Amino acid sequence: MQTRLNLDPAVVRQARDLAARAGQPIVAMARTHTTVSVERAVLRLAGLSGADPDGMPWVNHLVDAIRAATGLEHGVALPAWDALLTGGYDSLAALAQAASQGRVSFRIPSGADADAASAAARAAIQTGFDRIDANRAQRQRMIEQTSEPRMPWIYLIVATGDIYEDIPQAQAAAREGADVIAVIRSTGQSLLDYVPEGATREGFAGTYATQENFRLMRAALDETSRELGRYVRLTNYASGLCMPEIASLAGLERLDMMLNDCMYGIIFRDINPRRTFIDQRFSRQIHARAGIIINTGEDNYLTTADAVDAAHTVVVSQLLNEFFGREAGLADSQLGLGHAFEINPAIPDSFLLELAHAQLVRELFPGAPLKYMPPTKHMTGNVFAGYLLDAFFNLCGVMTDQSILLIGMMTEGIHTPFLSDRDLALENVRYVRDAAGRLGESFVPAPGGFIEQRAKQVLGEAVDLLRRINGEGLLTAIADGTFGITRRPADGGRGLDGVVGKADGYFNPAAEILDGNEAVPGQPAPSLSVIGAGR
Amino acid sequence: MSASERGKIVRPYGDTTGDGRVQVSFTLPVPFGTPAERARAEGAAAQLAAKMGLEPAMVVHAKGMGPDYTFFIVYGRVSHLVDLSQVTVVEREFPLLSPAEVNLRIRTGLGRKLVVVGACIGTDAHTVGIDAILNVKGHAGEKGLEYYREIRVVNLGSQVAVSDLVAAARAEGADAVLVSQVVTQRDAHISNARDMSAAFDAAAASPAAGLRRPLLVVGGPRFDPAMAAELGVDKIFGKGTTPGEVASYLAYALTPDGGGAAVEDAAVQDAAVQDAAGAVRESAAAGAGAVRENAAAGASASRAASAASAAGAAA
Repeated sequence: MQTRLNLDPAVVRQARDLAARAGQPIVAMARTHTTVSVERAVLRLAGLSGADPDGMPWVNHLVDAIRAATGLEHGVALPAWDALLTGGYDSLAALAQAASQGRVSFRIPSGADADAASAAARAAIQTGFDRIDANRAQRQRMIEQTSEPRMPWIYLIVATGDIYEDIPQAQAAAREGADVIAVIRSTGQSLLDYVPEGATREGFAGTYATQENFRLMRAALDETSRELGRYVRLTNYASGLCMPEIASLAGLERLDMMLNDCMYGIIFRDINPRRTFIDQRFSRQIHARAGIIINTGEDNYLTTADAVDAAHTVVVSQLLNEFFGREAGLADSQLGLGHAFEINPAIPDSFLLELAHAQLVRELFPGAPLKYMPPTKHMTGNVFAGYLLDAFFNLCGVMTDQSILLIGMMTEGIHTPFLSDRDLALENVRYVRDAAGRLGESFVPAPGGFIEQRAKQVLGEAVDLLRRINGEGLLTAIADGTFGITRRPADGGRGLDGVVGKADGYFNPAAEILDGNEAVPGQPAPSLSVIGAGR
Repeated sequence: MSASERGKIVRPYGDTTGDGRVQVSFTLPVPFGTPAERARAEGAAAQLAAKMGLEPAMVVHAKGMGPDYTFFIVYGRVSHLVDLSQVTVVEREFPLLSPAEVNLRIRTGLGRKLVVVGACIGTDAHTVGIDAILNVKGHAGEKGLEYYREIRVVNLGSQVAVSDLVAAARAEGADAVLVSQVVTQRDAHISNARDMSAAFDAAAASPAAGLRRPLLVVGGPRFDPAMAAELGVDKIFGKGTTPGEVASYLAYALTPDGGGAAVEDAAVQDAAVQDAAGAVRESAAAGAGAVRENAAAGASASRAASAASAAGAAA
């Protein structure tokens, strides 16, 4: 490829190698542990849905009952399907109901009973994968029947709290030009240790992620995609304590992109680091299988830390997200690494600094559908100045070939966007895309100039930080406040009690299927230490 | 009219003193497709402008947004006069500070980290509110208290028993206890708050317990901020409260002499200016050019101010 920043391939290779070395111990831990949410995801893949009259899902009841009886060291599949077969229950839901009333005694079966249980579990869970595979094929068919929008994709958010309000808003946004619709989740859902059930009509500053809400919105956007002749993608959040379950539901309901960062929940939601990394590996394996593009959350670091001082922490996190993502089987084309336009506009050369950072990320990850986030921190309430800043963000996005542009609102931080705010924002990006969309091909920073120097400086700082992380270990670095200026000790935060070490006889048919998909364990993907070819 | 009176009456300024020119933009749910629809839409915008007091008004821009809506930009002249002598200025009991100012005030006033213990008590499992205030992620564009270097946050999470909360406050040496209550069935939030303050009062009264009574702060969408004294707590925050307001309050309440003159100045700058239409608030961050509170936040600030005066009267 033609690099425009004259990055030293040896430095880039070193950065990747350091990230891989920092990530390896985490992967080893994730392989040897499971969590309550991973086990619940297994049951969801086998088709267990629904909840008790208080809204507690049957998957939670069943996993809790099995954990109390046999522990989760062997996984939920063996004891669950053993009880299903020997107890004469006609469905997992019937078993879960009985278990919730304490009427089932679970055991770890052996011999022929174990063979029967594992065969039944494999068959049931295969149905979930068949559906995920069919959805992936269906997405491809839909794209062929409609069309694939050109990049950068325009990403818009809806968030009313009521799925039946979200749907017409999402359809209107798609008609106005949005290529990707994200339904923001209700505040605090990430901290729920269960996935709410059914269509929901009230949320706090967002709409609950539920299987039924996913299904309703995807169906509506299919209708709109056909109407527009353009495939409109749907995004939600595979994050928080139920990350593996939500990833599974996304695959089962054909969502297209999922927010799924390796450290976001740890840093910003105080979720236990071990729980997060274990849940994340399973989630990413599901996303890989389902053809879902993940979006990572590096933009968030720049809302807590200074966007110039902390630019290298974004690169470090991207390299870690890339390593964990590839290890879990994600293709580069599924790695929607995140970054943001958050430099204080009062700083001299702020736009040049933004160009340097955005171009650096573009060149480090040439095959990744980068997700570029608009300014939020320096949107002041002066909507006129904010509109100008958003235009510069859009310009930087097209000049540096960003793949997914989240559309900035001039009323950011004031209120939930008005219909007119969204329309003006789309007018802004359309103008920039039409007027300067091909500027990228002519944008070559002067060799040795300010932009090139700045990009090299940020890459150098990233290598230094990765070296430090390797010295102390990633979990220690997180505990020390390396990311987002927040300290998160490895045994702190929510959800550690849901982490269980795997016993020798651990059985998880979903993991068997998923591990069959991934790259050879511990081996870097083919292009790991090469700057990829082609922009 | 005397010179001094004349100075108190002003009109909006376009490019000439007293011209009364303003600009507004709005959306009407009317189509903007056919020429007839366009004419009707512009007429509708002109009618609204006239009713808003813009006379004459010029609809300078109209644009259809989808099949059902039209966006307008209108310039016009208002005849309204602003009587500066009728502008009332209500001061909040505490100045809104930036995170850096909060940290500085704690460092100089307290000389150590300020310890906050937070929880949802009773059966309440809704940690939305307490997390929005405490977690780094924060709320409404403001970082939570964890973000403040000089504040140590211990978030106990949901469904914490009052006795456990008291024990945790003692163990952590809490300067302040923040309790969030979202569930309001059978007024659970009221009784839980009362139980909580009673338990702290009892513990503080017993020398054996070895507990200094921390500042007690409750928050939730259904609390009436004027009820602080009735519930036995020091402060109630209602709907729309941001982390910065809570941090500013804690820094103010727990370091009474900490900020000195600099903070007095901030309080003056931070005065809430109210007119008949509602509250308009300029935060202390206005120095940095930020005015990002909406009307709802302004309203909650004025409610907080009235709660504070009620609490002051009770004390």
